[in-house]
Amino acid sequence: MTTATAPRAIGGHRDSFAATTRSDRWWQGWVLTATGLFVFFGYLTLRAFQGTYYWFDPYISPVGSPPLFTPASGYPGSVPLNHAWFGTFPSMWPRWVPQSPAFFIPGLAIAFRATCYYYRKAYYRAFAASPPACGVRGASLKYRGETRLLLLQNLHRYTLYGALLLLCFLWYDAFAAFFKGGRFGIGVGTLVMIINASLLSGYTFGCHSWRHLIGGRKDCFSCDAGSKRAHGIWKKSSWLNSRHMLFAWLSLFWVAFTDFYVSMLSRGVIKDLNTW
Amino acid sequence: MAQRTFKIWRGDREGGEFVDYTVEVGPGMVVLDAIHRIQAEHASELACRWNCKAGKCGSCSMEINGKPRLSCMTRLNSLPEGTVTVQPLKAFPIVKDLVTDVSWNFEQNKRIPPLKPKARDADGNHRMMQEDVDRVQEFRKCIECFLCQDVCHVLRDHKQHEKFVGPRFMIRLAQLEMHPLDTDDRIEKIRKEFGSGWCNITRCCTEVCPEHIGITDNGIIPLKERVVDRYYDPVAWFIRKVFGSKK
Repeated sequence: MTTATAPRAIGGHRDSFAATTRSDRWWQGWVLTATGLFVFFGYLTLRAFQGTYYWFDPYISPVGSPPLFTPASGYPGSVPLNHAWFGTFPSMWPRWVPQSPAFFIPGLAIAFRATCYYYRKAYYRAFAASPPACGVRGASLKYRGETRLLLLQNLHRYTLYGALLLLCFLWYDAFAAFFKGGRFGIGVGTLVMIINASLLSGYTFGCHSWRHLIGGRKDCFSCDAGSKRAHGIWKKSSWLNSRHMLFAWLSLFWVAFTDFYVSMLSRGVIKDLNTW
Repeated sequence: MAQRTFKIWRGDREGGEFVDYTVEVGPGMVVLDAIHRIQAEHASELACRWNCKAGKCGSCSMEINGKPRLSCMTRLNSLPEGTVTVQPLKAFPIVKDLVTDVSWNFEQNKRIPPLKPKARDADGNHRMMQEDVDRVQEFRKCIECFLCQDVCHVLRDHKQHEKFVGPRFMIRLAQLEMHPLDTDDRIEKIRKEFGSGWCNITRCCTEVCPEHIGITDNGIIPLKERVVDRYYDPVAWFIRKVFGSKK
């Protein structure tokens, strides 16, 4: 028994936006990714522009680390003058730009994530609908791939160098959080910062550019002792790389959580459990 | 036995329509089994390409409920309840019903410079160590089902067949470029002729690969990084100028 239905496009494939014959909830991943990117990057951008409540001795939020400069006044919860590398913000700092240390080295993290191969997939799908999901027709804008302006994505390895530098500061901050007034101790904030640096390490050392630079670019892993060592590091990086999406989201969430935790302490909303 | 309805696209390049067929289905049946039953009971002229029924020949590629899949490996009980929609691949011209003309892929394969092995060792042998061939062995699992080509939106939606060679041939290029014995240099072609920049790494090719090849992470992105080495990294360019290139 057969029943004919209405004629459609060749192969039954339509070319209008979001056209698909997928019967599953393909839009869930699209919505979740777009929401996650909007919420976490929105929160961190907002916090970067606030420039307040990112310090609670001995904890510093990753949004404000390293504190190259600190505001002279008017920014509660900012780093004390003796912790700022170069003292107060220079007098030439534009009045209309908030005095936030996030605009210096922490900004490298944004560049690293913006050009990351995983996040590229995420925001091409979520915000450019190119495509919104596999087998779903995307936006009908003229497609040029990663050519022309998006050739800038090829600078990802340079943002990686910045991220590696930032990672050194974050590990330093995490270990410095064991000491308050010169006394060794540990608090919930210390653990939060250690987890933050660990997750960011997992994300950074699983980076596709890192994996390429430390060994992936070689065709022969057995040719000499250096190549054999590179193979060992490449395999470890490959393990992290296969979980790059997981570390990308976990580390993004935890950066925001670390900042939130420090800001809540700094505002006096919560108390830190610690041994000091 | 339970009954299930299949909504199958019937037609050719001039046009066609979806036709519903209801057949009995049993435990363990795959979509290809159901199509064969439809051919036997309702539509003997229904065109469908198949061969091994074991997920190794790559012949029975089609779109099932909107996803490119091998019909011989798609069990009916893995699909949601209700009507099953079956369509031909979108990225290639239709021959008839569920059969598409995938010959464009064979033309792309011919464009790729083959392996150019280095000289043999003194005893007349080529030698490769396992750690050197692990990477390229992954790419050799490809069964050329062309599901990755079909789901790639550069080909599927934007029809950039002239500019981008597609995921299947990017991993063939990766297989050759990463081969420990190969001496040829395809990086310029990968960028200019095969269109590595047209891929925006949205990973659908990896998601649909029945052999679970890391097409994007292990093939396309490493090639993109090699292109960056050559064309977009001033430090790598400087090092190459000073110390020379091995390939």
